[in-house]
Amino acid sequence: MSALGEAVKLILSGDSELFSICLRSLRFSASSIALASVIGIPLGFLLKLKSFPGRKLILVIVNSLMALPTVVVGLLIYSLISRSGPFGSMGMLFTPAAIILGQVILVLPIVTSMVYGSVSNMDPRLPETLQTLGANGIHYTSMMVSEMKGPILSAVLAGFGRAIGEVGVSMMLGGNIRWYTRTITTTISLQTSKGEFELGLALGIILMIIAFTLNFLIHLAVRNE
Amino acid sequence: MSTKWKMPALLLALCFTLTAGLSAEGQYEESTHIKLATTTSTENTGLLAELLPAFKEKTNIQVDVIAVGTGKAIAHGENGDVDVILVHARSKEDAFVEAGYGVNRRDVMHNDFVILGPDSDPAGIKGMTSAAEALSAIAAAQQDFLSRGDDSGTHTKELSLWNTAGMTPSGTWYKETGQGMGSVLTMTNEIQGYTLTDRGTWLAMKDNLDLSVLVEGDPVLFNPYGVIAVNPDLHEHVDYEGAMSFITFLTGPEGQSIIREFKKNGEPLFYADALK
Repeated sequence: MSALGEAVKLILSGDSELFSICLRSLRFSASSIALASVIGIPLGFLLKLKSFPGRKLILVIVNSLMALPTVVVGLLIYSLISRSGPFGSMGMLFTPAAIILGQVILVLPIVTSMVYGSVSNMDPRLPETLQTLGANGIHYTSMMVSEMKGPILSAVLAGFGRAIGEVGVSMMLGGNIRWYTRTITTTISLQTSKGEFELGLALGIILMIIAFTLNFLIHLAVRNE
Repeated sequence: MSTKWKMPALLLALCFTLTAGLSAEGQYEESTHIKLATTTSTENTGLLAELLPAFKEKTNIQVDVIAVGTGKAIAHGENGDVDVILVHARSKEDAFVEAGYGVNRRDVMHNDFVILGPDSDPAGIKGMTSAAEALSAIAAAQQDFLSRGDDSGTHTKELSLWNTAGMTPSGTWYKETGQGMGSVLTMTNEIQGYTLTDRGTWLAMKDNLDLSVLVEGDPVLFNPYGVIAVNPDLHEHVDYEGAMSFITFLTGPEGQSIIREFKKNGEPLFYADALK
């Protein structure tokens, strides 16, 4: 119980390293989900509304990748971006970019699949009505997105939650470098291994607060529909 | 329309702020960085936290630490993913240098391995002078023994001790954890079993552990640490000069004196070896 008390004290003390770790975690996850959204949201729409060769295959791949363990993503990307791998010359291993790349691959299938699912559940008369009313191009798209904003938001938040909570990708691709690639989850892992539970617990509490906030936002977004 | 869009707009704004705006990297500056792969013991004891700021002060080079087991640290060096390694498994270090992956290996410091166990000592090894005999006794008594099982320097030493004892440990009492030294000590404490550890990590953590040193002093338990630069001929992108500055610092008067002065409750965790 004393460790828990120390943890709360640490959060309240405004410890600069603790703060920078949380900020870094948020930043990496936000970048990942921003990139994954830019690709995944249109892809989700495309997969449902248009028919093109390879569509079924992409759907199968997206659905299988949803359950990919983070360490597997970490391992795959590691073998690609290690100096001895095919993309080694880019020098990406053990940088924030490597973490973000791994997380994008982790959350892209989730965003795509959730958007695809909600487009599937959409009233089929909506696209028809819009087309009958003469909507096209940007206008058509923006109307569709506007109608779907609740489910899209849920997809984005779910992806964000997956990114900020994962440890495999951040540890293997980021290397847990202090002040650089150390995130909430890798710090918890490190502190636990050192038998120092206070900072780990403090970060665990913050992570839980973030998770609760996310769920609350999802709840609000869905209720607004 | 305005209320409908409030929520997504807010979140989008948050995303962008976090992505682009807040670039507070703490102490990570745009100075020269070198990457050091090292063992969990140098990180877990807190030694690096003393050495690296002093090195930064002197050379303005920041060291990015990737703390893994010795085996993995050497693999990072072989792949050219780091500039320099600081590890403890002499046989593997020599193989690393002989294969041309590393250059300029230098002795840095040593401590020793010890065998820890519960005070009750059900295997009756307390005071034994041969580490291999102690392991045999633990095996014979079928008492829980926790192994790093992660190809680290400590794991390498442990396997060579079993080899000396003339046996291959197996059975439910032998637990390969695949984790760092700190985790293994915590686990050993929880199940009140036996384990092999470097003395530095033991001293750094012993206040939180209900275990005792039962076997020590066998010459085979000597634990030297070496620092090796990754060969720039093999991996041209590595920062060889940065790596050499670090090696020079570690083995020079200032680095050696920091290692000597690094103590926990008055006990030294490592003995400086580079300057005799």
